[in-house]
Amino acid sequence: MSAADDIAQTDTTVTRAERRRRISVKPGPSLVRDWGSLAGIAVMAILLLAVAPAALSDFRLNNLAKYCCWAIAAVGIGLAWGRGGMLVMGQGVFFALGAYSMGMHLQLEAVGPDAIPTFMILYDPLAPLPAFWEPFRSGAFTLFAIVALPAVGATVLGYAIFKRRVKGAYFAILTQALAVALATLISGTIKWTGGDTGLSGFKTFFGYVLSDPVNMRLIYTITATLLVVCLVVVWQLYRSRFGELLVATRDAEERVRFLGYDPANIKLLAFVVAAVMASIGGAMFVPIVGIISPTDINAAASIFLIAGAALGGRAALFGPALGALAVGYGQSTLSEQFPSLWIYLLGLMFILVTLLLPGGFASLPKRLSGLMPRKAKDEPRPDQAADQAAEAAA
Amino acid sequence: MNRQGYLEVRDLTVDFDGFKANEGVDITFLQGRIHFLIGPNGAGKTTLVDALTGLVKGTGLANYNGKDLLNLKSHQIVRAGVGRTFQTATVFEQLTVLQNLDIAGGVHRKAWGMLRARRGIPVYVEEALETIGMTDLKDKQAGILAHGQKQWLEIGMLLVQDAQVMFLDETVAGMSAEEREETGELLKKIAPGRIIVVIEHDMEFVRQYADFVTVLHAGRLLAEGSISEIQANTQVQEVYLGRNASEEVA
Repeated sequence: MSAADDIAQTDTTVTRAERRRRISVKPGPSLVRDWGSLAGIAVMAILLLAVAPAALSDFRLNNLAKYCCWAIAAVGIGLAWGRGGMLVMGQGVFFALGAYSMGMHLQLEAVGPDAIPTFMILYDPLAPLPAFWEPFRSGAFTLFAIVALPAVGATVLGYAIFKRRVKGAYFAILTQALAVALATLISGTIKWTGGDTGLSGFKTFFGYVLSDPVNMRLIYTITATLLVVCLVVVWQLYRSRFGELLVATRDAEERVRFLGYDPANIKLLAFVVAAVMASIGGAMFVPIVGIISPTDINAAASIFLIAGAALGGRAALFGPALGALAVGYGQSTLSEQFPSLWIYLLGLMFILVTLLLPGGFASLPKRLSGLMPRKAKDEPRPDQAADQAAEAAA
Repeated sequence: MNRQGYLEVRDLTVDFDGFKANEGVDITFLQGRIHFLIGPNGAGKTTLVDALTGLVKGTGLANYNGKDLLNLKSHQIVRAGVGRTFQTATVFEQLTVLQNLDIAGGVHRKAWGMLRARRGIPVYVEEALETIGMTDLKDKQAGILAHGQKQWLEIGMLLVQDAQVMFLDETVAGMSAEEREETGELLKKIAPGRIIVVIEHDMEFVRQYADFVTVLHAGRLLAEGSISEIQANTQVQEVYLGRNASEEVA
């Protein structure tokens, strides 16, 4: 019974605060996996920032920049959907917040101080600039808005949704409906937002002339760097206790409640981070593509963002980013040659992956290694986590 | 951290649209003893625990440390030091044993610390691993554990979250004889300084490990006392064995 006495002793004599400080020196089992993933991010950074600019033409590099924007949004989707179990079908909404913030700023930059955008003059040459456009004359405010608008929006929306315990298909439909609503709203307010025509005719990006290829390469570098930063952010989140808790919430939300956490807050944080990432992707999309219109942010665009995450492997660290890059590339190249075929091919791939490879392409190495004959005969696997590591690193 | 040595339930009523799953239940759970809740199916045992852990709405009073548990939300009740397990063991199958235990220690941590990775194994997690005898299994995924091990892991999670009151819902159901015995010894080990409440159907297990027994029937309190007192109680015999049996005895 000495063990029992020990327990009773520790409970009464050592305060909680003291016990919290005492940490044994043994490292956790996941350290190797963590640093392996970080090395993967480094490789990706080298490919994106050193190899790609050297190897690709201006045109191809600009295309890659566009895919990077989608990849940034997809990284957030991986966090919210892959790890958090929230099927965010309306990330186009947050993509739009960033994109239209940037679009308004670049539009105002193009027309110069005290002028109003050309499309507005078409409707009423004497119309004053709408009040909500005014602050976007400031570049600093625009950058602030690109982060703050989705953060505030997602917090308010997420709070309402998660505290009411809306989840599953209802959550997916709700977010999808928001994307439809926003696209319709923008289409319907042509005098303020450019409607279906969108915002275009940008000349400079914070003073840098957009027609200069050197500046476009700079914008690519910024975008690729942001993608790498987003990967590092989710890497840290995934290895943190928050990351474990997020997976726990995804798998057994009620149980998490009985650990003393409010699952709503956990989901909220993931949802907000995903929203901010989508917004950043949207903001960079505008100078790269040169136009932003409702078709880039509507329901179909939102699903397109999800498709990348699903194909690549939504719960894996690199899955969503690589998936989005691949889908973006596939869309450009295949639709150049077979314009009508591409969407069917994407649909077919989506069906096949969902049926045969629910973990996305990231789970392929693990699946293949599962087919190999076991080396040791009866010995239990030394570390199940190693398999997960392979999945996470893929 | 001086905690009150008892949990006092007074006049607890749980009303499901007119059906009273619990009605006017008075129970006092005392620290340091293993308190069993027994009763036939539908007696309201699990509902009672659900009400005390915020899963269903109950009226009345459940005083612990000056807080009325009936007015708190589930996660607040946990933070007040009251934990529970469920009939079906629910551990996080994708996480390892260690991660499962570690995650349960969130009540010890500040929100900001959640964004950092775990560095080493906290002492309270190590202690819990030893207490439940699963140190060797700490890197195993919880999904591949045996049924009994999952239940112990759940008890370990309660230890880590520093639950001073533990409600264990049919913990030994489906366990082998050896697993039952180990569970019983585990309960004895952790009972000092804690309030342990076990819902159980297995009378042999109750006889072996109960310090105190409360019998519920049709949502109401039928009898309470030591196991010998309960066994001698004719009302309890009637409920358990049916009226005919008691007539035969008479």
